Amino acid sequence: MAGLELLTDQGYRLDGRKATELRKVQARMGVFAQADGSAYLEQGNTKALAVVYGPHEMRGSRSRALHDRAVINCQYSMATFSTAERKRRPHGDRKSTEMSLHLKQTFEAAVMTQLFPRSQIDIYVKILQSDGGNYSVCVNAATLAVIDAGIPMRDYVCACTVGFVDETPLADLCHAEEGGGVSSLALALLPRGGQIALVQMDARLHQDHLETLIEAAMTACKGVSKVLDGVVRQHLHEASVHSRE
Amino acid sequence: MATVQVSEAEKVYILHGIRDDLRVDGRGCEDYRHMEVETDVVSNTDGSAKVTLGHTAVLVGIKAEIGKPRPLIPNEGYLEFFVDCSANATPEFEGRGGEELGTELSNILYKVFNNEHSLDLRSLCISPGEHCWVLYVDVLLLQCDGNLYDAISIAIKAALFNTKIPRVHISSDDEGGKEIELSDDPYDCMRVNVSCIVTLCKIGHRHVVDATLQEKACSVASLIISVTHKGVITCTRKVGRGSLDPESICEMTEAGRRVGKALHSPLIKLLQQEESLGKKRQKVGFLG
Repeated sequence: MAGLELLTDQGYRLDGRKATELRKVQARMGVFAQADGSAYLEQGNTKALAVVYGPHEMRGSRSRALHDRAVINCQYSMATFSTAERKRRPHGDRKSTEMSLHLKQTFEAAVMTQLFPRSQIDIYVKILQSDGGNYSVCVNAATLAVIDAGIPMRDYVCACTVGFVDETPLADLCHAEEGGGVSSLALALLPRGGQIALVQMDARLHQDHLETLIEAAMTACKGVSKVLDGVVRQHLHEASVHSRE
Repeated sequence: MATVQVSEAEKVYILHGIRDDLRVDGRGCEDYRHMEVETDVVSNTDGSAKVTLGHTAVLVGIKAEIGKPRPLIPNEGYLEFFVDCSANATPEFEGRGGEELGTELSNILYKVFNNEHSLDLRSLCISPGEHCWVLYVDVLLLQCDGNLYDAISIAIKAALFNTKIPRVHISSDDEGGKEIELSDDPYDCMRVNVSCIVTLCKIGHRHVVDATLQEKACSVASLIISVTHKGVITCTRKVGRGSLDPESICEMTEAGRRVGKALHSPLIKLLQQEESLGKKRQKVGFLG
């Protein structure tokens, strides 16, 4: 985007944030009563809804069941009104299929699937409004939904998309920044052990900058994990007050 | 439709209750469940609304674009519907599983709303034969607990109330081409007012409004009626495997007209109240 400064000299971004600042994260668990687990998460203007069904018996072909662990089945889809240009198909296109596979890979690393052999866990994520960082918001929302469903995980899975502009890593990119020719990297982290579940980057970046970028992403993810932890504790507190009454 | 298995004993229980005008959750035969409506939930649409009717949750987003009118009806705009039965509602809707239900719902919506009596399509025309407003109505089904048509139509009505379509003027420039101008006044816009859909399910010898999935499983057939705020019926359709006799249809139509007419005014009052709060309104969405 010609003429739009992604990072001014004073260190402010397009939406007034500083380079390492995350967008405002607001979340709620247990949004839908019918699903086993559900969560809604907003990160700035990107809004995602995640729903988890399971663990339940394998649906469809029994042959795909694994004898020693659960199969995780993810579907990523976007609402047709989520983007500025109306999207014709909510899912089924290549990008959605790729995102679904990434989500599957991320959660297979975190969920303790060996506790549920021959069963299936479904994670469905829907983007209601898209303003950059779709993958990260999906992962964060899905983590809350899996926790709401009571499925044991090794750790929270937190994700963040970071970019590199003018020798500075920018945390939590919005749509304008993602499209502005910034090298963006998406990272999913298990914060306690510092284990990376997924790293995804398809832009050009000098090798020397890679380490700084990954460090910035990990710091941002740890920030997100604190927020998610707060949301979970708040939800449990509300539930315990409710059951005491 | 996402169905639920109901045993014979439960069916008899529901049937007997309805015969005495008492449903499982204590409602009467013509009562709706607890309904929550909120508009302007998604910000990059021109109008949006979220409706929760009991456990059924529906989100509607509307985008208005200027397009070419249909060749057979050059002086009217039109609505394009797309219903997305998301996997959130039930795992059966994963992948292409929800397409059948989505197509069925959107076909009925086309029948009901692309009809000059349900809404004034002529107000969407800008210049006959060349430009008109096309409203893309995208319905997202989040949770399914029966009575989808009513929830969807209320959400569409609320979303259209939230959509302010600017008034445009066509002027011809020097070369004979047409130029589209928007007026400078940001409040110079119009709204589309539509009818509401009421679904009546025949259970035993009586009919109920706003049936849950369990009640639907006990019903023989349903009647879908579209009613305007004046009580004019604009569209009727029977759905379901069973058959209805003519007296039931007349009775159900009368009841539907009564219920539909009574639905409009509190809804419009609520929407106007919500709008009057203006910027001070706390947007709740799914966070509440």
